[in-house]
Amino acid sequence: MHMHKYEKIWLIFGGITLIVFLSVIGVSAFAMGHHPPSDMTTIDPEKVKETAPFDDPGLKKIGDNEYEAVMVAQAFMFGEPLEVPKGATVHFKVTSADVVHGFSIPGTNVNMMITPGHINTITHTFDEAGEFLIICNEYCGVGHQAMSGRIEVN
Amino acid sequence: METTLINRKDAKLSLAHIYVGFIAVLLGGIAGLLQTFVRSGAITLPAGIGYYQLLTAHGVLLALVFTTYFIIGFLYSGISKTTGTLAEGPRKLGWAGYYVMTTGTVITTIMILTNDASVLYTFYAPLQASPWFYIGLALVVIGSWISGAGMFRQYRNWKKANPGQLSPLFSFMAVMTMLLWLIATLGVAATVVLQLIPWSFGWVDTINVLLSRTLFWYFGHPLVYFWLLPAYICWYVIIPKIIGGKIFSDSLARLSFVLFLLFSIPVGFHHQLLESGVSHTWKFIQVTLTFMVIVPSLMTAFSLFATFELSGRQKGARGLFGWVKKLPWKDARFFAPFMGMLIFIPAGAGGIINASNQLNQVIHNTLWVTGHFHLTVATSVALTFFGIAYWLIPHLTGRTLTKKINLLANIQTIIWVVGMAMMSGAMHTVGLLGAPRRTAYTTYGDYPDALGWIPYEVAMAVGGSFLFIGILVLIYIVVHLSFFAPKGVEAYPIGEVADQAERTPAILENWKLWIGVCVALILFAYTIPIMEIIENAPPGSPGFRLW
Ligand code: HEM
Ligand SMILES: [Cu+2]
Ligand SMILES: [Cu+2]
Repeated sequence: MHMHKYEKIWLIFGGITLIVFLSVIGVSAFAMGHHPPSDMTTIDPEKVKETAPFDDPGLKKIGDNEYEAVMVAQAFMFGEPLEVPKGATVHFKVTSADVVHGFSIPGTNVNMMITPGHINTITHTFDEAGEFLIICNEYCGVGHQAMSGRIEVN
Repeated sequence: METTLINRKDAKLSLAHIYVGFIAVLLGGIAGLLQTFVRSGAITLPAGIGYYQLLTAHGVLLALVFTTYFIIGFLYSGISKTTGTLAEGPRKLGWAGYYVMTTGTVITTIMILTNDASVLYTFYAPLQASPWFYIGLALVVIGSWISGAGMFRQYRNWKKANPGQLSPLFSFMAVMTMLLWLIATLGVAATVVLQLIPWSFGWVDTINVLLSRTLFWYFGHPLVYFWLLPAYICWYVIIPKIIGGKIFSDSLARLSFVLFLLFSIPVGFHHQLLESGVSHTWKFIQVTLTFMVIVPSLMTAFSLFATFELSGRQKGARGLFGWVKKLPWKDARFFAPFMGMLIFIPAGAGGIINASNQLNQVIHNTLWVTGHFHLTVATSVALTFFGIAYWLIPHLTGRTLTKKINLLANIQTIIWVVGMAMMSGAMHTVGLLGAPRRTAYTTYGDYPDALGWIPYEVAMAVGGSFLFIGILVLIYIVVHLSFFAPKGVEAYPIGEVADQAERTPAILENWKLWIGVCVALILFAYTIPIMEIIENAPPGSPGFRLW
């Protein structure tokens, strides 16, 4: 099929941008490990409270200023506030005891979906002191706008 | 040709669809306005109406009802215009589809009004609505299939009567749009009929949540292209005629529609980037396929501007941008869709951000996303549809678009663009600050960041008020053109292909080939992940009614 010269130039330019774009995303994902949260672990959504580690949610120290935060999202709360020292690396491990919830910490890149039957994980290092808010950003029912948690970094 | 009206019976069928569409705009607009007021804390809803009930109505009425009805009405009219009066069979199918869809719409609306379905228009399990909500939605989809079948039949009749000839561009594009819709809705029909209905009736206890979400998003992204393609039909086929130019290239137009079919379906995971249970390899593969739509999008942009430039030069424009002055800025049939096109440039750029693995993390489920689709569907698509209505409704009712109404329509466009710039601009900004979408008024216990979002939410309400005024003006125009405008003949603008354009290769109309490639791509992108989702499925979820 014949194409106008300018159209060819335009599409070649578009094609190159596309390749550059995909390379940036690809390198960042596979070489630098910036994958989106994609945990493959499953859990019985009706037995969350009896299944380890969610039978004992909360903060656990697992290394030098490194913590695991085990949390259960359910209508309409995330559990007790957490307290960590400045510079702490926290591995969040979250599941849902009822419907789909969101898990985001405004001001950070922490943002993931919590689907019942699945566990999702994300890691963040809190380099600055202050109070952080965890919010549910997926509609989950009448109390959705109140569903939040706190992290105290000091 | 231009001075003839399409068959009156066909006109009636189109009008019936278009009216339902605009009633949905009015009702949905009222909901939208109230939402902006609630979110900014200006009002609380009376009479026990819930924010999420309202939001469900807004999403269903505008994203599903308005779009689907308008599109089917528009496509039927254009098919009648370009392939000739509908045969008895296709017209009957059109009406059958209309009644099935309308039955479904009424059932769904009642369920939302009785607060038995405040699950939003995406109805994510395991929130569980009344089974009738899902049945209503299923009827809407089935009705649209019946209408699609009518269009396919009319097209086939034409091909049989004109062997070896290239079909009219409009009818080709209409068939492509309905084909995309048919293939895409198979996913949502599967989750609704096989999962949600049995589960909400209690015939089965639990549901596979991830499978349901995956089937939904298999449909959810091409849904966007189902809205866009009819707008592209206007841009490719209608606008050249209105500006007194020619279609730049028939073959490029068809090729871009083929590519939209191929690359809009196997990409749903880009809506599920942040969820567990889907491996990042498959997410990345689908993100790659997502970016392929950049190619037909650039082709479309090129063709449109080439058409503008060629017609401008024919009218004696000189210099690099002289043609801009030759465009009919005062013609609402051009101005409204053109503003839609213009807004599509930043909107498309935002879309690229949304679909990128890592950037998605920043904006997922924030108001940024809501801001994004109020630019794409609620501005680019909506303004184009409004622009179509300005000549299509009088054409169908045997009336004319007067100078005065034309002026009012231009004012409507300006109100819409200004209101949307404010509302969507505020949504984008506050979304970057982390404000969640689909969330009623909240300060999270006077948390400082959340308090900082309020001014933007007030800006949203100001923009929303402009938009609502825009909707009132629009409805006035629609009513006027339907019942009060002077009788006459309003042209149905169908562009002709430029003389120097190449002959269109027959391969572009080889439906078996394109459907084959489309199915192959879908199987490639979805077979393994869906098998994994089923094989590694956790125990299912019971239903919850948390509203
Ligand atoms: C008067 C004009 C409009 C106003 C004031 C308005 C306002 C809003 C607001 C405030 C939200 C929800 C914010 C939240 O997430 O809490 C929203 C959501 C939405 N709007 Fe609009 N909108 C208008 C027109 C439209 C149009 C014309 C369309 C489509 C053609 C549209 C489609 C949607 C959709 C699909 C949603 C998402 C619903 C959901 O998240 O479940 N809106 N709108
Ligand atoms: Cu929530
Ligand atoms: Cu998408």
